[in-house]
Amino acid sequence: MEFLHLTELRKKLDNREVSSSELAKYFLARIKKLEPQLKAFVTVTEEAALKDAQEADEFINSPGENPFLCGIPYVSKDLFATRGIRTTASSKILDEYKPPFDATVTRKLKEQKSVLLGKTNLDEFAHGSSTETSAYGPSHNPWDTSRIPGGSSGGSAAAVAGGLSPWATATETGGSIRQPSSLCGVSGWKPTYGRVSRYGVIAMASSLDSPGAIAHSVEDLAHLAEAMAGQDEKDSTTGHVPVPQYSRNLTADIKGLKIGIPKEYFLDGMEEGVKQRVMEAVKELEKMGAKTVEVALPNTKYGSLVYAIVAPSEISSNLMRYDGIRYGHTVPAAADLLGVYEKSRAEGFGDEAKRRIMTGTYVLSAGYYDAYYKKAQKVRRLIVNEFAEAFKQVDLLVCPSSPNVAIKLGSAKDNPLFGYIADQLNIPGSLAGLPALSVPCGYARPADNDTPSMDGLPVGLQIIGPQWGEQQVFNAGFAYQQATDWHKQYPSLE
Amino acid sequence: MLSKEEVLRIAKLARIELGEADVEKFQKNLSTVLEYVEALKTVDTSGLEEVSQVTGLINVQRDDRAVLAQNREEILGQAPEIKDGYFKVKAIL
Repeated sequence: MEFLHLTELRKKLDNREVSSSELAKYFLARIKKLEPQLKAFVTVTEEAALKDAQEADEFINSPGENPFLCGIPYVSKDLFATRGIRTTASSKILDEYKPPFDATVTRKLKEQKSVLLGKTNLDEFAHGSSTETSAYGPSHNPWDTSRIPGGSSGGSAAAVAGGLSPWATATETGGSIRQPSSLCGVSGWKPTYGRVSRYGVIAMASSLDSPGAIAHSVEDLAHLAEAMAGQDEKDSTTGHVPVPQYSRNLTADIKGLKIGIPKEYFLDGMEEGVKQRVMEAVKELEKMGAKTVEVALPNTKYGSLVYAIVAPSEISSNLMRYDGIRYGHTVPAAADLLGVYEKSRAEGFGDEAKRRIMTGTYVLSAGYYDAYYKKAQKVRRLIVNEFAEAFKQVDLLVCPSSPNVAIKLGSAKDNPLFGYIADQLNIPGSLAGLPALSVPCGYARPADNDTPSMDGLPVGLQIIGPQWGEQQVFNAGFAYQQATDWHKQYPSLE
Repeated sequence: MLSKEEVLRIAKLARIELGEADVEKFQKNLSTVLEYVEALKTVDTSGLEEVSQVTGLINVQRDDRAVLAQNREEILGQAPEIKDGYFKVKAIL
């Protein structure tokens, strides 16, 4: 039951083989049992979940069609505002914060009568790629609990991979869905920038932030995209592009599809097993009739550098709102107002958040703006243009989601460049606002070779499309999952 | 490497109080990041326009109409200190 796909759960609920209350109880019991090992959650919302499930059951038992997600449990990255339910961004500065409103995504899921089981752990304010910057401690990878689940959406990925929830909301700024999905062996969707509303999703870098989802299959993700996407009056950067019926349009017929293999995404220092699994996946796509061609994206190497300026700049501006006055952690004992700000922020933020805030403050300060921020946004244009050129020749790009499988907990700690390096294969696409998937494509031994996991650890295949090209990305991922069963293999946690 | 004074100036602008040990740590950390991005300066970007909105939207507007928030108490309830229905702050003058 714990690893059933959403499409299967929908059928079981509609056929009354199982009730929403039974599902909620089942997953809550599993959370109780496995949470001590995985630490995927900041908050478990048991009481509200049981109540919501009961309401969903009443709806299902009354005449009429059920929305796709009606009665299906889910978990939400603790970055999505949930009205009246603690939302922390895994930061001490929001430790007791209960938003007085719902994020647009939360509202849409509520309208479908989804059942929220809890809020998942992340790197503090999504600043990181391991969940180790969380104020509540790291989450653990279900395939090998001595390792990171990836991040920042590591709690979401661990919860889905461990069968603690059928799916999870997640967010990307530069790799925060694809990398943890890859490391935890689950399917993750990073939407086109503006495809899903950012309203009520605690802001990191507003020109990049893209709320998305993690689930067990691409077919499930296509359904979730329909539920989550769309223009929103409350987020003026959402696109004015209609939302297709992704799930109905899904096809595994990819004959003639042109797939580009960017050679810059197969780095010298990359783990050999990762490279091999991804090339095997490429062969699989070729077998189904896709045509592959090597493409050059020479500016890829500047992606993480651009990101290391643009993201902290926008972070420094976005995180200025945490001042200890209207909500959040406060130090009232300060001598004056400035002191309240400085002390509240000093106590409330962890080191990584402080690093990024201060980096951003520096590069935006008088005299440095042109040399850093403006320059970075121009190099970003080069990257945007380069992808646009590539998509004139090919329909999709395929490459690894991460240069390595999951590393040991603690090995990324205190490296101020860890996130920028871990996500170097994800960041360029984020800078260009492109949609992408990570899907499991096999296993590889980690560089340290020290894991009880027999075949090694999960490897993720990344599929990148042009802006608004979700459908063709989903189709390729769907086709791949029709031909392979990596996405139906699960860690043993008992 | 950034000087102590520079780090303190940045922290002041960012409204974050730093202890003595913090200053040293962030001197190193911030310098590492700034060295990392140094290579961007050599990239030829002549004639290129900055990216400010990646999907090309320009000036998206909506009607400016007031909506009554029904949850004033809920909003104020998040504040550490309120008085007479207002957020309370220390005197600034």
